[in-house]
Amino acid sequence: MKNPYRTQNIAFFFLFLATLLIVVPVGLIIVIIIQKGLPAINWQFLSDIPRQGMRAGGIFPAIVGTVYLVTGAIILALPIGLLAAIYLSEYSKDNLLNRLIKLAIVNLAGVPSVVYGLFGLALFVVFFKFGASILSGSLTLGIMILPVIITTSREALESVPQSFREVSLSLGASKWQTIRHIVLPNAIPGILTGTILGLGRAAGETAPILFTVAAFYLPRLPNSIFDQAMALPYHLYVISTQVPNVAEKIRYGTAFVLLALVLIMNLVAIIIRYKFRKRKKW
Amino acid sequence: MVKFEIHDLNIWFGSVHAIKHINMEIQSNEILSVIGPANSGKTTFLRMLNRLNDLNQNFKMNGEVRLDNEDIKNIDMELLRKRVGMVFALPLPLPLSIFDNVVYGLRMHGIKNKKVLEERAEESLKEAYLWEEVKDRLSESAFKLSGGQQQRLCIARTLAVEPEVILFDEPCSGLDPISTAKVEDAMVKLKEKYTLVLVTNNVKQAARVGDRTAFFLSGELIELDKTDKIFTAPQDKRTDGYIRGKFG
Ligand SMILES: Nc1ncnc2c1ncn2[C@@H]1O[C@H](COP(=O)(O)OP(=O)(O)OP(=O)(O)O)[C@@H](O)[C@H]1O
Ligand SMILES: [Mg+2]
Repeated sequence: MKNPYRTQNIAFFFLFLATLLIVVPVGLIIVIIIQKGLPAINWQFLSDIPRQGMRAGGIFPAIVGTVYLVTGAIILALPIGLLAAIYLSEYSKDNLLNRLIKLAIVNLAGVPSVVYGLFGLALFVVFFKFGASILSGSLTLGIMILPVIITTSREALESVPQSFREVSLSLGASKWQTIRHIVLPNAIPGILTGTILGLGRAAGETAPILFTVAAFYLPRLPNSIFDQAMALPYHLYVISTQVPNVAEKIRYGTAFVLLALVLIMNLVAIIIRYKFRKRKKW
Repeated sequence: MVKFEIHDLNIWFGSVHAIKHINMEIQSNEILSVIGPANSGKTTFLRMLNRLNDLNQNFKMNGEVRLDNEDIKNIDMELLRKRVGMVFALPLPLPLSIFDNVVYGLRMHGIKNKKVLEERAEESLKEAYLWEEVKDRLSESAFKLSGGQQQRLCIARTLAVEPEVILFDEPCSGLDPISTAKVEDAMVKLKEKYTLVLVTNNVKQAARVGDRTAFFLSGELIELDKTDKIFTAPQDKRTDGYIRGKFG
């Protein structure tokens, strides 16, 4: 007879190994970036423009550019994404067409970002003649993160128990009142999580901004949304591969700032979710 | 006075014929108990009266249902549900405070005046025999109440919008005998002001509180009569069998 405990121990070992295989590389990347990047971080690095052909000075314009782009993307994607999610989860009938639409949106989240970049180039830069600009870049990033926002928001809305909706309706509330007062408030943590995951993705991607907004070297802040801008991921790419003799410290410092930015956003998402979960009462 | 008039009602969910050719009336200020085995269509019947079945996209219905002599299809859905309130099988407080639960319906109907809300909340909680137990903790989460208290909170919440009819779907199925007795007390008192329809799996409960009792079987209305008569001299063998089965 087989020993069930031995089987369990073996299973446990492999599960643990798999976890380790995921955690260790991620941990290593973070440790290396912190180790090599942290010494570069000081006030000047964060607040100065790049100097001497990006071999000295700071990365302030790239930080600002990324913040602008991410803000623009979210201003576009959150309202549209939320409305689409509300429509899909609360109003659309459960038929083949709508199931296909939902499936398509889930799959859009997996489309390589460079495809969004080309799409943004064709539509916003060329067709709408926005040129390479913060506007084009934000729109492109916004469209890229829409599927993530729609899918997570829809899941959050659908996880609100049907019985709450029935109670609200049975008291004579309208459908919209039910959504507004019962469904949405209870879906906020999930919606925020999706939004911030989208933000993180928008902040980190290079390909979508490559042709739509990113400036190789622009040692000043952008003047308007029709201006080009530097952005952290592209700047990192440039100083790592396009400009010779950039000190390792500066490269890893830039990577560190980008990583910190994304991690902070995720941290905020976790905190918000935790806060709401404590309030969640069913 | 006749409150609800039902003519040749049929209901389908997809291909399932859940209610078959039902004709009946519901009188004002009575407690009508509806009994019957599982899947006999009791819940479906009840949720038809406030059009909650309409949420299901496979739902189809024909026949005529009149509330105070007006076809319910012609009554604005929100208004109908305000007039015909519902208490569900499980206690279903909304994830809000006790007070906000009670006044939820009022707020949705546009009442903002704090004093009015407070007065209505107190009245409704008293009618549901819950006021004494919660008056000092109105701002606490409704989920902190016991199951029986939550169910009386749900009753109070339904009363707050001042309905004319209240539908109860096995309101005591999850409650202990003492909480059940409290809910039953509340119901008997409520019929002075409201018309009550009580779906119950507990035949004894139907006998205790119902003025009239309807027996459903496989979507058909087998018998509807005064509760005493149903329980002492039922006309139909199947009614007799069901009641005895449960009693014996
Ligand atoms: N939402 C629905 N979708 C499909 N079929 C349904 C739905 N609701 C009810 N039915 C069907 O209608 C019939 C009557 O169900 P109903 O829930 O009204 O019975 P019930 O008498 O309330 O039973 P119980 O005592 O178990 O609560 C059943 O055959 C059931 O399968
Ligand atoms: Mg039922």
